[in-house]
Amino acid sequence: MKYVDEFRDPPVIVRLARELAHIVEPGRTYRIMEVCGGHTHAIYRHGLRDILPPSIELIHGPGCPVCVLPTGRVDDGLAIVANPGTILTCFGDMMRVPGSLGTPLEHKARGADIRMVYSPLDALRIAQENPQHHVSFFAIGFETTAPSTALTLLRARELGLTNFSVFCNHVTIVPAIRAILESPDMRLDGFIGPGHVSTVSGCRPYEFVPRDYGKPLVVSGFEPVDILEGVLMVLRQLRAGEAKVENQYRRIVPWDGNPAALRAIFSVFELRPYFEWRGLGFISQSALKIRSEFAQWDAEARFELPGVRVTDPKAAQCGEVLKGVLKPAQCKLFGRECNPEHPVGALMVSSEGACAAYYRYVHHADPVFA
Amino acid sequence: MRFKDVQIEMAHGAGGKASRRLVEGLIAPLLSNATLDELGDAAVLPFGAGRLATTADSFVVRPLRFPGGSIGELAVNGTVNDLAVSGARPLALLATFILEAGLSTQTLREELEALAAAARRAGVSVIGGDTKVVEHGKADGMYISTFGFGTVDERALLAAGNVRPGDRVLVSGSVGDHGITVLLARGELDLEAQLESDTRPLTELAFALIDACGDGLRWMRDPTRGGVATALNELARACGHAVLIEEDSVPLRSEVRGACEILGLDPLHIANEGCLLAIVAPQSAGAALEVLQRTPGGERAADIGEIREAPERTVLGRNAYGGTRTIDMLVGDPLPRIC
Repeated sequence: MKYVDEFRDPPVIVRLARELAHIVEPGRTYRIMEVCGGHTHAIYRHGLRDILPPSIELIHGPGCPVCVLPTGRVDDGLAIVANPGTILTCFGDMMRVPGSLGTPLEHKARGADIRMVYSPLDALRIAQENPQHHVSFFAIGFETTAPSTALTLLRARELGLTNFSVFCNHVTIVPAIRAILESPDMRLDGFIGPGHVSTVSGCRPYEFVPRDYGKPLVVSGFEPVDILEGVLMVLRQLRAGEAKVENQYRRIVPWDGNPAALRAIFSVFELRPYFEWRGLGFISQSALKIRSEFAQWDAEARFELPGVRVTDPKAAQCGEVLKGVLKPAQCKLFGRECNPEHPVGALMVSSEGACAAYYRYVHHADPVFA
Repeated sequence: MRFKDVQIEMAHGAGGKASRRLVEGLIAPLLSNATLDELGDAAVLPFGAGRLATTADSFVVRPLRFPGGSIGELAVNGTVNDLAVSGARPLALLATFILEAGLSTQTLREELEALAAAARRAGVSVIGGDTKVVEHGKADGMYISTFGFGTVDERALLAAGNVRPGDRVLVSGSVGDHGITVLLARGELDLEAQLESDTRPLTELAFALIDACGDGLRWMRDPTRGGVATALNELARACGHAVLIEEDSVPLRSEVRGACEILGLDPLHIANEGCLLAIVAPQSAGAALEVLQRTPGGERAADIGEIREAPERTVLGRNAYGGTRTIDMLVGDPLPRIC
């Protein structure tokens, strides 16, 4: 399979592992954060920690757009579908995320019309096919998915649809990275930069990381070879005393990103003054809001939403895990009260959640499960 | 284990962890008896001088027809296969139909013809059954339940308790074909592939192993809902050992691999309908593989791993460069109404 097999080629992987073993300085440990939850899953899925030198510690970051969404926002989305004649559409990842009164899947089992879609354009189609219903799309994601939501809103306007709206929870990655760097808890040597966000944003937005904080950041792909190469590139910079942004994922990520996608985003969205992130608190200019010209397709304008701040259960340590301060298995609820079938927080069920990845791929090595 | 869920969800029908909790935490305790409590693929009762295997299965697949098969074939093969992996040739089947008002007779006729053809191919007769009709909107076309029984071959000494470290894990064919075929047949995704359900009776493959291995054949299973991963996790739990799978040796069609990559699915969690898992003693493994590969339906059979002492009750996957991961039982329900 093109673009997959070459990047999973065992001899290449073995060679990269050997290079990494040679480049690490004896007696030194390296703490590298992979920002993106997709990288966390890939690292565990491919067993990469088994072949990395033990002095390299990979720390998972907050790059999981479902995980950073506060419970109150999930409740707001579920409040939309409580209106009679409404259909709520969302990505599969949202279906098992706990709200205060259950997950969307549980609400669906109790009769709420909640449907999984693979794309917001599917939601638009459902609206066209169901003129008697109002169809709302629960939009989540970093810059990766914002363009398709933007294009969907532009299309809704083109079609003059009156029975469609978007509940916008898009967030942007740079404020999250900055919050990590500003946090006193973290001592990091470098970053594996987001792969798919960068296809939209390009690599320039990360230049503040080496410039203001002196840390290398390498934008990397998701296959084993990509991740190992990315780690190697970070280590080479550290070895040379350098700090810059590099692009390992050149086959997909253009340095300047996707101007058309960025234009679409900014024609439809603007930055919220602030937005609450689980674990990172209120961050200014970190989330997207639908512009007033598109208000009639903005679920927050069309519906009365509770807008309640719901704090995580006291014992849950979602915030610390999101920041990389705690490993998933160090949370007191991990594997006990909190597991993929009965999650306390979204990190345990999202396809980019650190707890989900750890639970799914690593627990054979973990005494928590003994 | 107690079943604490307040209501039934789709996940309870997926064949994974939730299904197991429902059966082990609610259904089995309320009906408890020595035979049921073993929770084998088929229930085995002493019968005269021998043993009788009985099994029940129900089919709610959507759509009714898909490349390589239809609900009628699944209904026969699914039950025949539960008997086969228990070491029994099928003696007879019973079939019940729940039909939706508005179902076209032509569709029903086609399914009955498919069922009849599958029964002939499997060498079994449908000797009775029942039919009910429910209102339009209450049965999605039709639901079929089948019940089968057969005598267990005296050479078949199959039990998870017989499995020991050093035993080999064999699979009779490529994995994930059925689930992905049905998923694509729903037409909800912009994906097409040259792929067919692998539905087939496994009796000949199972008996080829019994003939070749005798008591070197420890355990068999047909990995339907929940896939190979779920079946191996159930084995690991039951025998107390570890199962180590060499991931690159699992036979996988490129179409299934591609679809799973795009959709973020694990082929090991996808349902199969014509594939057999067997645990065999190491000294029997060579002969077992050879005989599978010579039997129709077993051409892609492969040795995919081994049983180890530790870590206990765990299934591990190892890739070609030595990276390992846990292979967990299916959680949730990525592909509902798959069989």
